[in-house]
Amino acid sequence: MQYTEIMVRYGELSTKGKNRKSFIDRLGFNTRESLHSFPKLAIKANRDRMHIQLNGEDSTAVMKRLKQVFGIQNFSPSVKVKRDVELVKQKAVEMIKEQFEEGTTFKINTRRSDHDFELDTNAMNDLLGGYVLDNIPGIKVKMKKPDITLRVEIRSNGIFLSSKTINGAGGLPVGTAGKGMLMLSGGIDSPVAGYLAMKRGVAIEMVHFFSPPYTSEQALNKAKELTSKLAPFVGSIKFIQVPFTEIQETVKHDVPSGYLMTVQRRFMLRLATLIAKKREGLAIFNGEALGQVASQTLESMVAINDVTTLPVLRPVVSMDKNEIIEIAQEIDTFDLSIMPFEDCCTIFAPPAPKTRPRLDKARLYEARLDVDGLIERAMAGIKITEIKSDQKFLAETSDSFAELL
Amino acid sequence: MIYFDNSATTKVAPQALETYTKVSNQIWGNPSSLHASGEKAFGLLEQARLQIANLMGVKQDEIFFTSGGTEGDNWVVKGTAIEKRMHGKHLITSSVEHPAVLNSMAQLEKLGFEVTYLPVNEKGQVSAKELKAAIRPDTILVSIMAVNNEIGAIQPIDEIAGVLRNYPKIHFHVDAVQGIGKGIQQMIMNDRVDFVTFSGHKFHAPRGIGFMFKRRERKLASLMSGGGQEKNLRSGTENLPAIAAMAKALRLLLEGEKDKVQKQLEIKKFIYDYVTKFPKVTMFSRMTPDFAPHILCFTIDGVRGETIVHAFEEHGIYISTTSACSSKKHVVSGTLNAMNIPEKIATSAIRISLDEHNSLAEAQEFVDVFEQLYHQFEKINS
Repeated sequence: MQYTEIMVRYGELSTKGKNRKSFIDRLGFNTRESLHSFPKLAIKANRDRMHIQLNGEDSTAVMKRLKQVFGIQNFSPSVKVKRDVELVKQKAVEMIKEQFEEGTTFKINTRRSDHDFELDTNAMNDLLGGYVLDNIPGIKVKMKKPDITLRVEIRSNGIFLSSKTINGAGGLPVGTAGKGMLMLSGGIDSPVAGYLAMKRGVAIEMVHFFSPPYTSEQALNKAKELTSKLAPFVGSIKFIQVPFTEIQETVKHDVPSGYLMTVQRRFMLRLATLIAKKREGLAIFNGEALGQVASQTLESMVAINDVTTLPVLRPVVSMDKNEIIEIAQEIDTFDLSIMPFEDCCTIFAPPAPKTRPRLDKARLYEARLDVDGLIERAMAGIKITEIKSDQKFLAETSDSFAELL
Repeated sequence: MIYFDNSATTKVAPQALETYTKVSNQIWGNPSSLHASGEKAFGLLEQARLQIANLMGVKQDEIFFTSGGTEGDNWVVKGTAIEKRMHGKHLITSSVEHPAVLNSMAQLEKLGFEVTYLPVNEKGQVSAKELKAAIRPDTILVSIMAVNNEIGAIQPIDEIAGVLRNYPKIHFHVDAVQGIGKGIQQMIMNDRVDFVTFSGHKFHAPRGIGFMFKRRERKLASLMSGGGQEKNLRSGTENLPAIAAMAKALRLLLEGEKDKVQKQLEIKKFIYDYVTKFPKVTMFSRMTPDFAPHILCFTIDGVRGETIVHAFEEHGIYISTTSACSSKKHVVSGTLNAMNIPEKIATSAIRISLDEHNSLAEAQEFVDVFEQLYHQFEKINS
């Protein structure tokens, strides 16, 4: 079916009262960003619906992307025909035939925004219903829960037919809930945490700590590629890489091994907080799940959280590992996450980290270090890049092999 | 030279050879190495896999590289037997499969597995009905080739898939070594088919490389244990130059496939129409859509196939007796035997196999020589 338009229905935002306009504007912006690779589209975000005119772009590819935009309840691909009843009849039969199987039931649901049209909604329903019944042998009419509902919208610029409703990603438009920093390691959990934050409307920026030569270029590239996997939900994401080698070396040298982890993480959180404040972030997100590893106990969280006053939000805190993995597979970050490169969390992992570190001791050990100097130098080495969807960092880009293949 | 023996092997495409050389020279790192050289090789490996997956309309992680058709067939047959031995010990195949399947089956029989060899009709084709009747509760594998390598018969894969839809646990393998690029990809990649095996050198890639499609949810035991390559299912350092060359050869093969198939069909029809006019010719291949467009198998009655092959060779035309694998061993064609063709006639069989580079001019030259030889043999044969 050659569709001409996609009609998008909004999700929860319809209930958001005064903020509605800013929500819709944001959703329109996000949709445009996420569909930027289809230049011929014309996107109009109206008060009650969004209309995407395809102008010849491939509807399947567009819809695949659309499914990843938060704030969309569902959408229907539709075909525009001239305001000519004969044409509408033929198109209606063609559309239903495409989905027809033995015993299929249907109904026609007409809406009329143009009240000057020759037929009213009931007349249109009757006319089309009768025509479909005559031309598709074996089909039946059913008013309640039919298999196919053919929606017909009569507007002043044409008549729009659609027979499919496809579920969107739900949630809230990214950006409507403010900005947050995600501490992205490269493991399974943090990308999932980022995804869940975005689902509730938070625009996230990635904070990634890297420690060359203890961590490889590939570990950095892996984090970037993970970011690229999350980019379709927003369009693009800022990737902030923070040099962490000096801090890790110093901590390793000067802090008793049981507190290595705790102190390192206090540094990370300090840096994330400073970055958030600089970039107007309101919260810090991470992929901690309670009890998963030594550093993820409540005691440990107390000892680490001490260094910040920003909310530290942990979207996966109560999930089991397999629940997290399920989401990771759904958003296609899992295969990347399990690639075996050392990241900043796994190097210098002490043989026996304290599962119940004490806050006073963490403070005490840390006081021996030049905290301000270390933080300052790390902040000075920050590099920020913008990452879009479908960017590849790990393997060579397909272009460079094009000639060989 | 006229080369009409493309089912034995094909000439490596110059573009594929170029890739082979370039990769050997420039991207020779081990794809498993951690350093940049290995990374680059890994990138190319996966890009090649993706390209092949896209061309076949499947997912990237459903393509596995092998050393060729024989390994692919061995792997699916024996790998299924090992993997599913607790569920059953019965396998079904046809009596006209390639020896890579038949001899793997025979080996399994010695280990206590039971094998049903389906008979074929006068066209060399199995029947889905007979297959259905052969299915037992302990059947674990059905292995049927797409295109018979000796006479070009296309097996009813869609019908068999239809039968097997009611038996979702049985592995369904299609040996598609002779079927790639012959306009039947939709049938080969039927969504009930679980495993499909291919050989690179049958489509202008180098020797020693092939690939297998394995449906994601199907399990197959590994035959090559080792360093864990190919998702730990087929160990051994990847033959990257050949893999990249094969990906390229496949892309070239499938470009304009429809026209290429049409061209081969025209040549086949030209030769078919010409030689069937002679009374002493027995033709086994047909011009119907259930035969591949590139294979013609027939006899000049009373003359040994070997003799005919050498006679054509003197004129610079390369053809073969029924299959290259058996031609040196003086064994009667397995397929013709299964079709109940008397041995006396079967020993006369020759095979012409075309590719997209053959031309009608070559076909004209072939029939000229054919007519000359036919009369020559008539003298000694009357």
